[in-house]
Amino acid sequence: MDKSAASRAAAPADVRLRSTSGFIARFTRDFAINKYLYAMMLPVIAYYAVFHYAPIYGALIAFKDYSPMKGILHSEWIGLANFRDFFTSYYFWRILKNTLLISFYTLLFGFPAPILLALILNEVRGRFFKNFAQMVSYMPYFISLVVICGMIVSFTNNGGVVNNLLTHFGYDGQAMLQKPGLFRPIYVLSEIWQKIGWESIIYIAALTAIDQEQYEAARLDGASRLKQMRYITLPGIMPTITIMFILRIGNLLNVGFEKIILLYNSVTYETADVIASFVYRKGLIEFGWSYSAAVGLFNSVVNLALLIGANRMARKLSENSLW
Amino acid sequence: MKRKDFGRADLLFDTVVYAVLLVLIVVTLYPLLYVAFASFSDAGKLVAHTGFLYAPLGFSLEAYKSVFKNPGILTGYRNTLFILVFGVAVNLIVTGLGAYVLSRRGVMWNRFFMIVIVMTMFFSGGLIPLYLIVKDVGMIDTLWSTIIPFAVNTFNLIIMRTAFQSVPESLEESAKIDGAGHMTILLRIIVPLSMPVIAVMILYYAVEKWNGWFYASIFLKDHDLYPLQLVLREILISNSTESMSTDSSNADRFQIGETIKYATIMVATVPILCVYPFVQKYFVKGVMVGALKG
Repeated sequence: MDKSAASRAAAPADVRLRSTSGFIARFTRDFAINKYLYAMMLPVIAYYAVFHYAPIYGALIAFKDYSPMKGILHSEWIGLANFRDFFTSYYFWRILKNTLLISFYTLLFGFPAPILLALILNEVRGRFFKNFAQMVSYMPYFISLVVICGMIVSFTNNGGVVNNLLTHFGYDGQAMLQKPGLFRPIYVLSEIWQKIGWESIIYIAALTAIDQEQYEAARLDGASRLKQMRYITLPGIMPTITIMFILRIGNLLNVGFEKIILLYNSVTYETADVIASFVYRKGLIEFGWSYSAAVGLFNSVVNLALLIGANRMARKLSENSLW
Repeated sequence: MKRKDFGRADLLFDTVVYAVLLVLIVVTLYPLLYVAFASFSDAGKLVAHTGFLYAPLGFSLEAYKSVFKNPGILTGYRNTLFILVFGVAVNLIVTGLGAYVLSRRGVMWNRFFMIVIVMTMFFSGGLIPLYLIVKDVGMIDTLWSTIIPFAVNTFNLIIMRTAFQSVPESLEESAKIDGAGHMTILLRIIVPLSMPVIAVMILYYAVEKWNGWFYASIFLKDHDLYPLQLVLREILISNSTESMSTDSSNADRFQIGETIKYATIMVATVPILCVYPFVQKYFVKGVMVGALKG
């Protein structure tokens, strides 16, 4: 965006003069010159219209009593009834709480973990060991979610490795995924296990940009390695951390619901069911189209608000923001 | 005196660093090794065993035989291959065209298109309306439902556009003077010069296709159309290994079921883990390209 704005500002004066001569004229002229470009753009326009904007229009069914027979347009308006039902239902607080808690724990433990890994990797001097550790750390990222969840199910089952390990420490073995109290720890830990290496890449990249002379200067001043890490390395990657943090906040409510759907069951709904999994269940399994669409819309709106809020906060607190 | 203290502190520091990384390596690798050991183990011994595995218990290929006898795995591979080949082709064509047009300067509507496209990253209609659209378009129960509705990944489009923008304008100018049209410029100049980014895009899209299961699970009802990951879900999560070992007794079935799961994980994962050391640097590059956009 910024680039096209810049090029427009840099356009020769006569072009800008002509551009004031009426929108229609400008449009036909532009179209005549660029008609092949518009033709090339057609599939993209069609794609976004059908699969992104039509669903946004389709979200109108949240305000309607949608019936597949009548279609979106002809179904009856019922105003905010679906939202009212949702906000007053027993599920509302449960799934909101679960969504916020799971997001919060993932943020609290999952966000700093890759930063720590990057800082630690940065301190390794042996090249071979460093590369090996790095390669191993992002291996799990390449395993599909279904397989990861299959492994989690097997390992935490009665008789699975994790369960066995914990029995050594006096925990009595039980299928852990049947226990509501354990769902969140399992979710968060496995999330870190799978993504820590992958997410650290971006910080490692940022680290390479730090000026090496700063370290030399610090060493001359007698700063220990820990101090160098704290006063040079960490501030050096702070801008990257801020940007990543904003992006994370913007996605706060987009909990990895695919993983939840794979791991939860009716016994653990009370701690595991989040907004997205609820939308999925109510809408696609129980066919409560309109109600479910209302819940989904609520999710989207809250997310957007969070993103805007996080961005504003970041701009206030630091120099960095998304826009 | 002071210097020596620092030496000791640094040694401690190094020890901590290496210890943490060693723990990380073990914690990451051991589960994968466990799966490998378990898949080759004798089913009866594995079920009776508690604790860690340091090598396969006995040696048996029964589980692998059952996995390859399962028609689901084979059709799963076939369907995934279809989705992968046609899906990535569609992805590249549509994303590439969009990236090219949006990277052109001085096209009146491009700013508008850009805003319209970026908006979709932050706001969507949600799952249910998307499902209804796919249904209305008539793609339910066709493999195209896992391809067309995901033809463009907006983030990838932006990355590709940025890459296309960085191709020197003078090259295009001279091609234009020689009478080249947009298609020629795109295919003969932009694409060859953007090969690294295009490689990254192929990888990103291919992984997305390979791992995808959720939309397949809601758009596809016919089991013959299930991609590999959905078949895996049935075996690993919904626990339906019974169908794979019909010729054995109930107790045997439970036992072999355990090893079948591990063998299935191996069959579905080893190909990926074999490829990834070779393509890993492209992924890393992709993360960085994405990061520059911020």
